[in-house]
Amino acid sequence: MADMSVAHTAGASKFGRFIIYGLLALVCLYYLMPLFVMLSTSLKSLDEIRAGNLLSLPGEFRTDAWVKAWDSACTGVQCEGLKGFFWNSVSFVVPAVVISTMIGAFNGYALTMYRFRGSDLVFGMLMIGCFIPFQVVLLPMAQTLGALGIANSTVGLVFVHVVYGAAFTTLFFRNYYVTIPDELVKAAKIDGAGFLRIFFSIILPLSVPIIVVSVIWQFTQVWNDFLFGVVFSSGDRQPITVALNNLVNTSTGVKEYNVDMAAAIIAALPTLLVYIVAGKYFVRGLTAGAVKG
Amino acid sequence: MGALSIRNVRKSYHGNEILKGIDLEIDKGEFLILVGPSGCGKSTLLSMIAGLDSVTSGEIRIGDQVVNDLSPKDRDIAMVFQSYALYPNMTVRENISFGLQIRKVPAAEQARIVERVANTLQIGHLLDRKPSQLSGGQRQRVAMGRAISREPSLFLFDEPLSNLDAKLRVEMRTEIKLLHQRMGTSIVYVTHDQIEAMTLGDKIAVMKAGEVQQFGTPQEIYDNPANLFVAGFMGSPSMNFIPAKVEAVGSGYGVKLESGQRTHVFPVPGGDGKLKAWEGREVLFGIRPEQITHKSESRLGLPQFQTAEMPIRLTEPTGPDTMVLVPINGKDVVCRVHPAHAGQPGESMELMFDLSKSVFFDPASEQRIA
Repeated sequence: MADMSVAHTAGASKFGRFIIYGLLALVCLYYLMPLFVMLSTSLKSLDEIRAGNLLSLPGEFRTDAWVKAWDSACTGVQCEGLKGFFWNSVSFVVPAVVISTMIGAFNGYALTMYRFRGSDLVFGMLMIGCFIPFQVVLLPMAQTLGALGIANSTVGLVFVHVVYGAAFTTLFFRNYYVTIPDELVKAAKIDGAGFLRIFFSIILPLSVPIIVVSVIWQFTQVWNDFLFGVVFSSGDRQPITVALNNLVNTSTGVKEYNVDMAAAIIAALPTLLVYIVAGKYFVRGLTAGAVKG
Repeated sequence: MGALSIRNVRKSYHGNEILKGIDLEIDKGEFLILVGPSGCGKSTLLSMIAGLDSVTSGEIRIGDQVVNDLSPKDRDIAMVFQSYALYPNMTVRENISFGLQIRKVPAAEQARIVERVANTLQIGHLLDRKPSQLSGGQRQRVAMGRAISREPSLFLFDEPLSNLDAKLRVEMRTEIKLLHQRMGTSIVYVTHDQIEAMTLGDKIAVMKAGEVQQFGTPQEIYDNPANLFVAGFMGSPSMNFIPAKVEAVGSGYGVKLESGQRTHVFPVPGGDGKLKAWEGREVLFGIRPEQITHKSESRLGLPQFQTAEMPIRLTEPTGPDTMVLVPINGKDVVCRVHPAHAGQPGESMELMFDLSKSVFFDPASEQRIA
């Protein structure tokens, strides 16, 4: 009797497992399908695209669509591919990510370890920053950039992203630092260390997981941003997202789907890489402190 | 000149008074214990001595310097925390030398100090490990090493042993006392454990609700508690408090005790003066378990000893002694009896009361009467 019931539940759990994995596979397929279509289309010739099935594998692998997207596709009037815009993006994303992460770390440290009068209010106001839609800040930001004399420049774009990102990075670091025992800071104070010394010698070395989270988050946000890019930059200073849009919308007769697809993958590649390299830290860091233990 | 003097120190947070006028004073080399239940303000007081919390009013002096407005690093103190608070990113060596480095001690001198500290605490083989690779006891040693490396004039310990298991706690307790004897530096030590307080302290301040209830040597506090709280807090198992009526016995006064079907009136030696005012009224008669033992013939007839036969409700053997519970005046009273003489539950046994150290409290004010 007992044996039978054990066998029964084992069978049931096997069946349940089968359903779970089946569903997971289905969801996986659903999400991977567009990537597959993009990848296979980018490797096909235009004739094959027109003739064939959307889901079929390319008959022969051709990389000329990739070369064209990188080197010579037209984005509006000039036809130099995405390469210039790719480096544009790198040139403002890297400083924007580094600076906003540093500011977040410093804010988080000050807000948790040196609670001053009204620190909770400051934190609350910063949090509101996370909920302000991009569109709302466009006009005031344009005025600010103009007043600072950095409109239409890489510096201006970095500034916009740093200001907008600081709310998020502060939230990350603050929530991470509340899990660090404050006796650590007290011990360092008694050892004679000051505000900055404690930050750089003790707190920052403990922050690696949350730095990774902040970098991934900011990199994805800033790299993928389109609105700020299209509004606050122009001409050959534009980021790759804007260039991709221009490339796809520039038609000289025939619509070159393979080039569009290759260009889209090129534009998405850096964020994909960041996720693959540091993804496991991401989930770990986001949930850090959420559960005690 | 005292090593530490605290004069009428108060602390309030948002209008709540946490410390209500603390006065304490210790001499150089003394070991001061702040003991009390959680929330009594002992840790806050320690934080204020360390300079991690501000003083609302009053004065704290370390040596001959008023330190109220000095930052922690200028107070010539070192502190050991409950969580040890070792820097997780640094090796043991770096942990110990961090404070020296900040004070710009030359590297050669630092190395010499680290070596000396490591020898003192036998942590030489751990110097290149990170705190995460150490056991609880080892972390405790490193935390003490970090404190002694700077040779401060005052050590502060904040419940340093409460994260250790029972056996290790006793070992480290001995070690801290030996360390204190060897170095002779003044120590302020916060604990909620009255055994730690008794064993370590030269002076004990028993605190409750932001006030010092009693300040004295361990023996004074144990033998002559100032009030009901101190009497009940210090000692384990704690003192028995028996509600009892005061009656005139011969030329003096005594307390009336009922147990089983019998009534006894025990004359209190030297109780005639202060108990007189309480004749006919009820007091709390305090007597420690070790003052109620089995009957010993050699003591019979001495005036401070009284014997009575009482029924046993329960026995709790602890090994060296057996705790015997007897009902007196409706309360269970713990008696500490030699195992060979302890009776069984349901039986009754003859017990001998040593009244020379008995104490009496006003049931309303909880203050000591006699």
